[in-house]
Amino acid sequence: MNGFVSRGFKRRRQTPEELADRLPPGQYLEPGWPVLTAGPTPDVPTDEWSFRIDGMVGVTKEWSWDEFHQLPFETITKDIHCVTKWSKLDATFGGVSLDVLLDQVEPLDAYATFYSYGGYTTNLPIEEISDGKAWVVTEYDGEALPREHGGPARMLVPHLYFWKSAKWVRGMTVMDHDEPGFWEMNGYNNHGDPWKEERYWGD
Amino acid sequence: MGRLTESPLPPVEQRVPGRWEIGTVSRIRVETPRVKSFRIELPMWMPHLPGQHYDVRLTDPDGYHAERSYSIASSPLDEGGIELTIDKLADGEVSPYFHDVVVEGDQVEVRGPFTSYFVWRGEKPVLLVGGGSGVVPLMCMLRHRRRTMPDLPMRLVYSVRHPDDVIYADELGDETLLTFTREPPDGWTGHTGHIDEELIAEAGIEDGIGFVCGSNGFVETGSELLMDAGFDPQRIRTERFGPTS
Repeated sequence: MNGFVSRGFKRRRQTPEELADRLPPGQYLEPGWPVLTAGPTPDVPTDEWSFRIDGMVGVTKEWSWDEFHQLPFETITKDIHCVTKWSKLDATFGGVSLDVLLDQVEPLDAYATFYSYGGYTTNLPIEEISDGKAWVVTEYDGEALPREHGGPARMLVPHLYFWKSAKWVRGMTVMDHDEPGFWEMNGYNNHGDPWKEERYWGD
Repeated sequence: MGRLTESPLPPVEQRVPGRWEIGTVSRIRVETPRVKSFRIELPMWMPHLPGQHYDVRLTDPDGYHAERSYSIASSPLDEGGIELTIDKLADGEVSPYFHDVVVEGDQVEVRGPFTSYFVWRGEKPVLLVGGGSGVVPLMCMLRHRRRTMPDLPMRLVYSVRHPDDVIYADELGDETLLTFTREPPDGWTGHTGHIDEELIAEAGIEDGIGFVCGSNGFVETGSELLMDAGFDPQRIRTERFGPTS
């Protein structure tokens, strides 16, 4: 870009070419699944968990754990990209498409804020979470989603950096305006497209 | 101590940070056998908040990039540049470059300072809990307090494995409670073993703000201990190491 070369720097990570194409700029391949959470890890028993959609909607809805598991369940295999530079390929989750949930509430406006047990929030326009782009997931690799990774339930919005995929999710509010969430107020980009390297404010 | 303590820090204007810039390494200090600190002079330096980080980008002649984030160790009163303290990870790509290749006078590409959650804005009292190189952003807070408000109640609980893992050893004073989890130095009469309830209690910080930084397991333990000690979960800020290699 600016022609700068780091004196004496030799690439040490050789990513196979077919996988390299799946790594957005500045990302590296991570075989594990690092845990990154702002604050203590919430402990939410499934019998207390629910997922709610409220705000500017035709009908407000709330699903208990059991009701949620009556909905059509999908297995989703996606690459995920964390703003802290790691990417994990072919991560397999189980959950319910947000399209299924949104169908039942009729969103009347263009923006959403997701909120979590523990107080985390993140904002997403409705168009970024509809048409097969977002899921509420409760399983990872065929097992219950581990608590440290957001269990019992988290968002999966794999086309954006992973802070947009709220852990311990408990609901979303549909709004007539965009309102920056937790990390979006604390320095991360409002949109977060890894392919455009939208990491921070101003990117 | 009031819960809504007004910030006594001088206001820092947060301009939009983040253009890539080419800094110059002006000083390298060996902290431990696997940790070095790099002072980097910056053409577009701006004051950071204690706890913030910079991104570093290495570029090879083919244009291949490797990027990582590192916490700032220096006080924002050290104007004109930043100090990054880097733990060498054997199978890493960026940290071995800094350790084995970079010499004083070299240029490095960085951008920052970034994110404003794991930051100290002068709230008090403060309990810092660091494991291993998780002490780096906490040292920024300690140094800034020393420069601005040396009497502000701030304590550090710092857990390391071995005697030669202690980063900033000559700067740790009465405010620090050090514990060795594997092997204490000869003649050590202080704490040994993992951080626990007693060590947190001994720090004597109540109704304060907590900053916990280290590996995921360490942060999990540390934040639970703070909650057990009565810290409000909303006032426990954590930073967990992803693999920064």
